[in-house]
Amino acid sequence: MQYMLLIYNDPAHEPSYGTPEFNEMMGGYFAANERMKADGVLRGGEGLQGVETATSLRIKAGKVETMDGPFAETREHLGGYYVIDVPDLDAALKYAALIPSAHFGTIEVRPLMDYNPNA
Amino acid sequence: MRPPGPSSAIAVSQELDRVMRADRGRLVSVLASGLRDLALAEEVLQEAAVAALSHWGRAGLPRSPAGWLLQVARRKAIDRLRGAARDSRKGAALAILLDEEAMPEPDGIPDHRLRLIFACCHPALEPKSRIALTLRTVCGLNTPEIARAFLDAEPTMGQRISRAKAKIAAAGIPFAVPDAEHWSERLDTMLATVYLIFTTGYVAGPDKPRDLCHEAEYLIRLIDRLRPADPEIEGALAMMLLTGARRAARIGPDGASLPPGEQNHRLWDMSRITEGRAILARAMARRRPGPFQIKAAISDCQMADDGPDWPQIAALYGALLRHEPTPVVCLNAAVALSEAGDPARGLVMIEELGAALSHYQPWHAAKAALLAANGRTDDATSAYLEAIAQAPTQAEAQFLKKRLLMLSETAPKG
Repeated sequence: MQYMLLIYNDPAHEPSYGTPEFNEMMGGYFAANERMKADGVLRGGEGLQGVETATSLRIKAGKVETMDGPFAETREHLGGYYVIDVPDLDAALKYAALIPSAHFGTIEVRPLMDYNPNA
Repeated sequence: MRPPGPSSAIAVSQELDRVMRADRGRLVSVLASGLRDLALAEEVLQEAAVAALSHWGRAGLPRSPAGWLLQVARRKAIDRLRGAARDSRKGAALAILLDEEAMPEPDGIPDHRLRLIFACCHPALEPKSRIALTLRTVCGLNTPEIARAFLDAEPTMGQRISRAKAKIAAAGIPFAVPDAEHWSERLDTMLATVYLIFTTGYVAGPDKPRDLCHEAEYLIRLIDRLRPADPEIEGALAMMLLTGARRAARIGPDGASLPPGEQNHRLWDMSRITEGRAILARAMARRRPGPFQIKAAISDCQMADDGPDWPQIAALYGALLRHEPTPVVCLNAAVALSEAGDPARGLVMIEELGAALSHYQPWHAAKAALLAANGRTDDATSAYLEAIAQAPTQAEAQFLKKRLLMLSETAPKG
């Protein structure tokens, strides 16, 4: 099964650049990446730029409305994601726990829709 | 195969009823762990049961009715999954099923109920859904019975159960016994679920149609049998036996609840106490202490020959605090400390908990008792009134009113 690990955190609680905590976080991400690759479960993953770069769009009555900012005004923002392919939720949770942001944010684990029309 | 002949419809339906009662959990657990879908497992078993009625009526009872049901349920699942095999995950379940189908059934049906219980008690489900699902699938309670036990409307409980089953399938919650790394954390969640079933039954009393204390005891005995020699499982079983032993004595003839020290000992169930103590001793001999073993020991110390052994109980709560540093455990530790002879220290601890527990009725009741023990009659009176106003049951309110009365009789107003 494929799962997306959505990484949410509050930028105010992120370790700041130049601190030992920041280096630890970077090392933790590197180690998590390597582990997912070595285990052959990693299907994709990217970090996102900050919410100040976000633009939201919706169509109302046929008219495109474009807005500055993220969809939801919450303290915790989506900061990045991984997609992994593992047998079950327990395995997915194990990889989610490797993501350093779990220590100061939240990792949401969601199964991907499984259409697979060509199987 | 029994000789064919006109087997009566009554005999067949009685046998089917018996098998479905005795083996339903086991059959569901085997089907669900192959299908990885609890709802589908229950549906195909139900279809197999319907098929059994007509087939057994015509051809006589099979040698192994449970084995027959399992085989037919599997075939029904295969038929359904063939229809939906475009979904790759269903394809995987189909492959497992076809494998199982090809293998001749061994002497007995494998018992995968531990996997089933771990799936039902998975932390990815809401705590209340864990309880409902466990009662439904492992104990075989129906939705109206579960709804009544939790004072919920039937449709609400039905929706809760089907949402939980849907999440098991969609989120890929495994039907598996957790690995060593996650064992103790997942066991805690499972035992907490069983314990909540027990306490819900204990508070409700035994006059409900399905006694939840009985269901909790059935569950914990089953878990102990499926995973023998685990000290925390044994501790949970011992705790339910030792606490359950006092059930008939916990409410006095005047309708007020009674603490163990004031109960009529002759109403205690000695066979449960003896069994609970033996199991607790066995668990502790394994030298891997844990919260349930400590709670069982506390329950046991309440029944010492000369009344509750408060110094020992206070020491045990101190040990429990190291495992579960929660305000509620701290509250109980403070009460035990006061009973053991240090009411001043107990009161300080209680007052420190005010911020965390001021909405928790037992905090007001404990505060009242400790203020009284410290001779602060006026403050104790207002704390008793608060505790009575919030009392969850009539029996508890009755008990507190008696305490309040004693307070005004013994302590002259100062």
